[in-house]
Amino acid sequence: MSTRTKPKLAVWKFASCDGCQLSLLDCEDELLAVAGAVEIANFQEATRALAKGPYDLSLVEGSITTSHDAERIQKVRKMSKYLITIGACATAGGIQALRNFADVTDFTNYVYASPQYIETLHKSTPISYHVSVDFELRGCPINKMQLVEVLSAFLNGRKPNTPAYGVCVECKLKGTPCVMVAQGTPCMGPVTHAGCGAICPAFDRGCYGCFGPKETANTISLSEQFHKSGVTDEQLVRAYRTYNACSDTFRKEGDAHERK
Amino acid sequence: MKENRTIKVDYLARVEGEGSLYVKIKDDKVEDVKFKIFEPPRFFEAFLRGREYKEAPDITARICGICPIAYQMGAVTAMENALDMRVNGQLRALRRLIYCGEWIESHVLHVYMLHAPDFLGYEDAIQMAKDYPDAVQRGLRLKKVGNDLMTIVGGREIHPINVRVGGFYKAPDKAKFKALTEELKWAREAAVETVKFVSTLNFPDFERDYEFVALRHPNEYPLFEGRLVSNKGLDIEIKDYEQHFAEEHAKYTNALHSVLKDRGAYFVGPLARYSLNYDRLTPLAQQAAKEAGLGKTCNNPFKSIIVRSVEVVWACEEALRIINEYEKPDKPYVEANPRAAVGCGCSEAPRGICYHRYRLDDNGIILDAKIVPPTSQNQKTIEGDLAEFVPKHLELSDEKLTWQCEQAVRNYDPCISCATHFLKLEIKRE
Repeated sequence: MSTRTKPKLAVWKFASCDGCQLSLLDCEDELLAVAGAVEIANFQEATRALAKGPYDLSLVEGSITTSHDAERIQKVRKMSKYLITIGACATAGGIQALRNFADVTDFTNYVYASPQYIETLHKSTPISYHVSVDFELRGCPINKMQLVEVLSAFLNGRKPNTPAYGVCVECKLKGTPCVMVAQGTPCMGPVTHAGCGAICPAFDRGCYGCFGPKETANTISLSEQFHKSGVTDEQLVRAYRTYNACSDTFRKEGDAHERK
Repeated sequence: MKENRTIKVDYLARVEGEGSLYVKIKDDKVEDVKFKIFEPPRFFEAFLRGREYKEAPDITARICGICPIAYQMGAVTAMENALDMRVNGQLRALRRLIYCGEWIESHVLHVYMLHAPDFLGYEDAIQMAKDYPDAVQRGLRLKKVGNDLMTIVGGREIHPINVRVGGFYKAPDKAKFKALTEELKWAREAAVETVKFVSTLNFPDFERDYEFVALRHPNEYPLFEGRLVSNKGLDIEIKDYEQHFAEEHAKYTNALHSVLKDRGAYFVGPLARYSLNYDRLTPLAQQAAKEAGLGKTCNNPFKSIIVRSVEVVWACEEALRIINEYEKPDKPYVEANPRAAVGCGCSEAPRGICYHRYRLDDNGIILDAKIVPPTSQNQKTIEGDLAEFVPKHLELSDEKLTWQCEQAVRNYDPCISCATHFLKLEIKRE
């Protein structure tokens, strides 16, 4: 038996839907192998058992939306050798960042009958806004096979293989005909980060950008193409403001069409 | 000797989301019980305003990664109600099929990974797997069948992409189900095994006279249609939900408590569905329940683990039936014609009824949204259980009593992430 101690894995949740950490439990074929390779030291959704830090690897789900959480993420960073964000909320502020486009004071008073009971920040921010992050895994939700790849890469001291090219490349690799060319369906695939396996076009639907922007995304050109197929500026604003609304590229393009 | 004790669990494990527990005992009496939800508030109804009706299924899915289909079904049925659309035949069957997938995935996750370890004295399923390798392996494989169903019909298991108002973006080819059929037959047997396995656990002797609320359909076990009924005389149409149910905002929690206006706390979820719809289960599911010692109703919330397992038997059978009768429809969806209207929908999420209401303008833009998830409806009942359970078990050590209180909360498979998205009381508009 090896005397080497197993690396300690921790999973942390901030404002989120739990879907990305569920991806770990959804690795039905790999879960017991993962549990054999690491010590699951902190994973509240799965276990009562808690081991104290420091941790070798922390997976962080969710965005920062309360002052308590803004403090908590600092502690998580201090306890973690590597910190990896999982999913659009942790990486880009997620759907919670839709609040960032509202007039904050009005928004709170407008929505809450008893705002004094509620403690929340005016903006939803990604983890990297608060602490340094070692790797960001994209997606709303993340792809579980990419999660296994990232875990395996960090445990073996190599770089994860998660290409930053667009969804278009995945469609070509899959042999899915282009829905924009063949059916005239607006598709955000040309500007969206790969990783899902180009699911939407395979289901006769345009990509809706849940993995956020790819490297060097040409959103201006895509918006022109959307206009040509009858998409209005209002619809364009909505298309860029979904689950990665505060990623730099999508935010700028959405704002540009709102001004029109 | 009379006791003064305080039980506190700052961070409940093996539930979805962030919650805590506080029980204060004075002179052998429970003075205060709080099931607190401190998950950060999430503003889904606010985000929905100004979006198109067709965006609602994708946006509401993000309320919960564990039961996205429940939200998608609530959203699409409410929109179809508003736009006067009928979705029948194979499209309706496909919806039931993907929902069966979610029930299997969500229930099995809870039965094997979140709840069973409590009964057997393990902190989690991975520790349990060392002594019960076959059971945990069976659970993982069974859960995977549910996820595979969701992936074939929905594109992926978490936040599926194929559900739309009117039906689906693409109807799957019949051939896609071929390999899965064999696995589902295995799953049906495994589900029966699961019922047997959980029926041998030790259950605290604990029953309460609940008001169960669930959907009831004329001839099916309910998923997203029917009347809202209870064992205490409620029998209403979905559209009348808000006339009978109200929400209260307690200071200590980031979620509203739902109550029946006339009678207070009520109970939603597997126990309620089962007790109100036993006669709609398949013979095999009924048989499994009987062999596990269940009657036609069940008032012991600790036994919800058996009822969930019985529902997995039913879901596997229903999925097999649908796949067997499936023919790919000519068109994957019914066309929608936006108009100014209000529509509501209700579906049986794995954890209980989930109500949606939307108001649309002429162009199908959402003006108002209201969503009531199951966990907020059970919150008051959970606190009631604790208030009754604790005084009967004061002989237990703090550690044991705390664990049993946690277990009593986990009876409900509470999804706290869901419960926090509807913090607001009302949107006022001119």
